[in-house]
Amino acid sequence: MHSSLNAILETLFPFKIEKRPSDSKLMSYLSPLIAISLTLISGWLLFIALGVDPFTALYTFFILPISDFYGWTELGIKVAPLLLCAMGLSLCFKAKIWNIGAEGQFIMGALGGGAMALAFLESESSWVLVPILMAGILSGLAWSAIAALLKTHFKANEILTTIMLNYIALNALLYCVHGPLKDPEGFNFPQSALFGDASLLPLLHDDYRLNISLLFGLLALTAIWTLMSRSWIGYQINVLGEDAAAAKYAGFKEKTLSWFALLTCGALAGLAGVSEATGPVGQLVPQISPGYGYAAIIVVFLGRMHPVGILLASMLLGLTYMGGEMVQMEMTLPKSLTGLFQGMLLFFLLASDLLISYRIIRIKKTAMPSDPTHAVSQG
Amino acid sequence: MDIELLTNILYATIRTGTPLILVALGEMVCEKSGVLNLGQEGMMLMGAVVGFMAAITTGNLYVAVLVSIFAGMFMASLFGFLSISLVSNQVATGLALTIFGGGLSAFLGASYVGVGIDGIQPLNIPLLSDIPVIGKILFQQDPLVYLSFALFALVYWVFKSTRLGLNIRAVGENPEAANATGINVHGIRYLCVIFGGAMAGLAGGYLSLAYTPLWSEGMTAGKGWIALSLVVFASWKAERIMLGAYLFGAASIMHLILQGTRFEVAPNLLAMLPYVATIFVLVLLSSNHAKTKLNTPMSLGVPYRPQL
Repeated sequence: MHSSLNAILETLFPFKIEKRPSDSKLMSYLSPLIAISLTLISGWLLFIALGVDPFTALYTFFILPISDFYGWTELGIKVAPLLLCAMGLSLCFKAKIWNIGAEGQFIMGALGGGAMALAFLESESSWVLVPILMAGILSGLAWSAIAALLKTHFKANEILTTIMLNYIALNALLYCVHGPLKDPEGFNFPQSALFGDASLLPLLHDDYRLNISLLFGLLALTAIWTLMSRSWIGYQINVLGEDAAAAKYAGFKEKTLSWFALLTCGALAGLAGVSEATGPVGQLVPQISPGYGYAAIIVVFLGRMHPVGILLASMLLGLTYMGGEMVQMEMTLPKSLTGLFQGMLLFFLLASDLLISYRIIRIKKTAMPSDPTHAVSQG
Repeated sequence: MDIELLTNILYATIRTGTPLILVALGEMVCEKSGVLNLGQEGMMLMGAVVGFMAAITTGNLYVAVLVSIFAGMFMASLFGFLSISLVSNQVATGLALTIFGGGLSAFLGASYVGVGIDGIQPLNIPLLSDIPVIGKILFQQDPLVYLSFALFALVYWVFKSTRLGLNIRAVGENPEAANATGINVHGIRYLCVIFGGAMAGLAGGYLSLAYTPLWSEGMTAGKGWIALSLVVFASWKAERIMLGAYLFGAASIMHLILQGTRFEVAPNLLAMLPYVATIFVLVLLSSNHAKTKLNTPMSLGVPYRPQL
């Protein structure tokens, strides 16, 4: 029975995979491009299935949003939070810490910073942004500190704890906008009052909504890049991720490194959250994050954990948000195409990543080998 | 607290625990074979949305349940293909399955949000349902709850006294040795992964067809992840999964339990409880780290590539 199952599998999938002698550098760069191509092809087929012209739909999704300068500045608004979260996550993933908690840290950053902004509602001093941003950063950091404590002290699986913390953070935000932070003059809508003008992040140019959060993102990129390529702690994180046993042998403190990676990620995601609240949103709302913390995971993988790759990938993922809104406006297609495209990207990426360490070779269709004993007996 | 309220609480506990039992049993089987599938949430969401769509299109709730199961199996085969045949990283692939399932289900269900259906109705078991208190709690449930009892018994029996159960464990502990004794490692792993998918799909269908019954984006709200913790908490034993799922079920209906008391807590704070409880359980487990390790299938998460 088992051999017949194998036979079926072999007919369905007449290839076998073979480990390469060493990982292919070329493939690690080509893999994201293959994944993007496969996503576009699937999108093409999907739009045909939906009965819309695939070219128009893909054009509306991926090109139209950035067909003018205004579109690019809007893209910058989406890139900033993705970049901040992804740079933090890349640090964790490099150390093989599966931190899925950027979403919760983002939300807590928005909540902490937002609460501070509401406390300074009447203030007109531009210095008020300092405590607001600090509150956001510290809230994100504190949220990741819980995850760090659970991981290092209690050895709890960080994937599960960070995801639980995401749901708790979301409920904390919901509680606050339904309760203590609800706008008293807001007709009972679950949202806070609009922040004061002084609490909003300065715009880069008066004609566009793009604000200085993009600079935060680029700053984080440079800082983490320098840290990982030039510093002692960055080196230790790299070694820990590559070979935990070697790191231990070298006397690197795994706990300290885990704390460092998680706290940095929390601070950056918190900054992203408060920047979103005091940036394009301007108040606390239940859907403060359109899933930036989860999308940032895809950004890190797609960007090969390298700063330049992460920048490019956050632009692509940012574009999927704009594309979803665009096809909804222009073609009345569901906005949730965003999540679908993001999911497909990650899935195809993991499949193509196989080509880095393995190559696929076709199983040669050999005729059933004639039974040698039988041949002998005949002769 | 009067007896009627207590009955209602236990009745609701079983209802809320049921999807957790289904997912956790499926994931347990999957993990016993050495495969860690973090995509439970994605498979559940797909089961929920596709089942709901089928219910509206066909008008037949039982066809809809079957469709839910198939949706979960389909998602699981995607995961299986990547993680078993293409030996991809199981953690990353499972996460991808969750993100992909979340996106795909939101997309498919976009026009079904806010649509109502009657849902699967309770089925009173003759005679047994007339027993006071216990009758209401155990025998006035809907058919999917009874199915969860049966599936529990099935999984328990398979691991207790069948060769299949033994083979699954062998594959999860030491695939090389299992292969040497003539067990088809990949075959068993596919079987278990797809069974896990069927269970997650069924659990999703239970949510959208019986429990709520409606479709809303991300309606599983982390139940797949809680189930994953539950498997560890239950140290891969079916009977403990059953117990743990009902404990978590009870944690999710705190609002009902608090009705009998004078405490008033905001619903959003109560909603945190299952997640806090999960973290608490994970911490508790750490105090028993050695024992947890002992129960973990040895090859959990390690891809197996046959030497050809």
